[in-house]
Amino acid sequence: MNFLESIRVSLRALRANKLRSSLTMLGIIIGVAAVIAMVGIGNGATASITSQIQGMGSNLLTISSAQSFSGGVSGGAGSSASLSMTDVSKLEVGRAIKAVAPVASTSAQVVLASGNTSTSITGTTEDYATIRNVTIARGRYITEQDVNSSARVAVLGPTVVENLMGDVNADIIGKNIKINNVPFQVIGVTTATGSTGMSSSDDMITAPITTIQARLIGKKTVRNILVSATSEDLMQIAQDDITATLRKAHKIQEGKDDDFRVQNQADMLEAMQSVTQTLTMLLGGIAGISLLVGGIGIMNIMLVSVTERTREIGIRKAIGAKGMDILLQFLIEAVVLSILGGGIGIALGYGGSSLAGKALSMDTSISLTSVVMAFGFSAAIGIIFGVFPARKAAAMDPIDALRFE
Amino acid sequence: MINLKGIKKIYANGDIKVAALGGVDLHVGEGEFVAIMGPSGSGKSTMMNILGCLDTPTEGEYFLDGTDVAKATGDDLSVIRNRKIGFIFQGFNLLPRTMAVENVELPMLYAGMGGKERRTRAIAALESVGLGERIHHRPKELSGGQQQRVAIARALVTNPSIILADEPTGNLDSRSSEEVMAIFQRLHAQGNTIIIVTHEPDIAEFTERIVRFRDGHIEGDEPVKNPRKAQAQVVEGEGGAE
Repeated sequence: MNFLESIRVSLRALRANKLRSSLTMLGIIIGVAAVIAMVGIGNGATASITSQIQGMGSNLLTISSAQSFSGGVSGGAGSSASLSMTDVSKLEVGRAIKAVAPVASTSAQVVLASGNTSTSITGTTEDYATIRNVTIARGRYITEQDVNSSARVAVLGPTVVENLMGDVNADIIGKNIKINNVPFQVIGVTTATGSTGMSSSDDMITAPITTIQARLIGKKTVRNILVSATSEDLMQIAQDDITATLRKAHKIQEGKDDDFRVQNQADMLEAMQSVTQTLTMLLGGIAGISLLVGGIGIMNIMLVSVTERTREIGIRKAIGAKGMDILLQFLIEAVVLSILGGGIGIALGYGGSSLAGKALSMDTSISLTSVVMAFGFSAAIGIIFGVFPARKAAAMDPIDALRFE
Repeated sequence: MINLKGIKKIYANGDIKVAALGGVDLHVGEGEFVAIMGPSGSGKSTMMNILGCLDTPTEGEYFLDGTDVAKATGDDLSVIRNRKIGFIFQGFNLLPRTMAVENVELPMLYAGMGGKERRTRAIAALESVGLGERIHHRPKELSGGQQQRVAIARALVTNPSIILADEPTGNLDSRSSEEVMAIFQRLHAQGNTIIIVTHEPDIAEFTERIVRFRDGHIEGDEPVKNPRKAQAQVVEGEGGAE
C-alpha cells in the first residue's frame, strides 16, 4: 500500500471518531499554544526592554554618585551628593566623549488653567537632547543661554500636553504653566517616542538645570551626569576617561574606592536581557511540560484505539495487510493528531500572545523559529508517542485478533 | 493446487503438548468444491487457519500453487493471503463504518492497486453477488445475508487461487444460507476452487466433496453423490431477509 493510501485510511479512522480525535488534539493544542504564547510574550518583553534601554540614547554612559554609608547602612546608589556642576565642566568633550549633560530631577504638580497633572521634571542642559535623541515637534528646545540665565522655560512631553489640555496637538507654546507654583513659559513640545511607563520620555518636562536647582530643588545637586560616547568602540575609553577625571576632581587617593559609579548602557542591556531570557525559558519550559502531557494523552488514546480496533486489525491482516501497513496506519493517525493539534495550537498561541501584547501594551513577537520548533516538536511527539501503540498493533497475530471480541 | 503432506500442528502449553493436527495429507485440485466437516475440537479450524496461511504448521509441507508456504512467516504470509486466498468468515468481518464498496476494495488496496481500477473491480464484484445497488451502504445498514455477500465479493475480487469460507452460513437463516450457497455454486461453476468449513450436514451437501476430521486426523474423504442445487435466486434489491 502506498503512503498516500495509508494517510487516507488514517484520516478516515480519525473522522469516524471525531469527538475522541478532537479531545486528543486538545492536549497538543493547549501545549503548543502555551509554548508559542509564552515564548512570544517573553520575546516581546525582551524586545520592549531592549528598545527602552536603547531609547535612552546610543552609547550612553550614566554617572551617578556612589552609595553613601552612614554607620554601615547603605543609602543606596545616588544617596551621596558627590556629583556637582563642577564635575560636569571638567568632563570635556573630546576623542571619546561626544556630549555631556547633567541631570537634576524631581517630580512636581503642574498646573494650567485647563487642567493639572503630576509629572517628572528633568533639569538639564541643551546637550541632553543630543544624548537622549530627543527631537522637537513644535517650538524649540532649551538653549545654553536658557541654562546660563536660569530662564523659567519648559519643554513638555506630548503626554503632559494631553494631560493639561486634553489634546496632544493643542496650542500650548508660549502659555505659562505653574510647576509647584513657579511659573514657567512653555517653549516647545517633544516628539512622541511611544515609550510608556515610569520613565517615559513622553510624560516629562524638561527645563534648564539651573532653574530647577534654584526654584524647585533648592540645592545645587546633580543626580546624574549623562555622557554619550562617540562610538560603541570608544565606550570603554570614555568610561576610563570619566573615571580618571572624576577621581582627580574628587581628590580620591590611589587605592580608595570611587565615590561615583559609571554605568554602561550595554551592560544594563545585557543584564536585563539575561533576566528576560531566563524568564522566557522558564515560561517556555512550563508550557513544554504541558506539551509533553499532551503527547502522553495521544499515546493513551492510541493504545485504547488499538485495543478497540483489534478485530479491524485482524481483518486487515487476514486480507493481506503487512505489519508495516498497520504500523503506518496507526503512526499516521498519531502524527496527524499531533500536527493538526500543533497547527491549531500555533494559531491559538499567535492569537493569545498578540492579545496579551495588546493587554500589556507591548509588541509580542512570534519568531519563525518558535513556530517551526513547536511544529517540529509536535510532529516528533506524534511519532514518539505513536510508535509504541502502532508497533503493538502491527505485531498482532491475525488469528488472535480475529477472535477478539 | 493444494497439496498437504504430513501436516502437524502441536500446541505446547507448558509441558503438555496437544496435537491439533496429527499428520494430515490432503490434496485439493483446481476447481474443486470441498466441505471440511467435523465436531468441535476435531482440528478443522486449525486446518482452516493453515490452509488460509494465517498460521503455519509445526511440521509438514504445504504446497499452494506449487510453492511451499509452510515455512513462510509474517509479511510473506500477508502477501500470500493477499494474492492467493479469499477469506469468508462466519461473523462476516467487514470493517464497520465503512461502505460496502470500500470493504471490497480493501484487499486490492493492500495489493497496491490504483484507486480507479479498485473501484471498478469492487463494483463489478458487488454486482456479481447482487449488491450493485448497495455499494454505498455500510455494514450496519445491510442484513446478515447481504453482509456475507459483501464479504464474498471482497474474497473473490482479487481472483484468488482458493476461496476459504469458515462457517459462512453459521450466522444466517436458512434462506440467506441458501442464497450464499447459490453464489458459491455459481463461483464453482465458473471454475473457482472453494473450501468451506462447516458442521451443518445440509450445507455440506451443496458441495461436491466432504472431508471429515476427527481428533486431528482425516476420518473420511468422499465425493458427494448428488450435490443439492441451491434454489434461491439472488435478486437485485431484494436482499436476504432476516
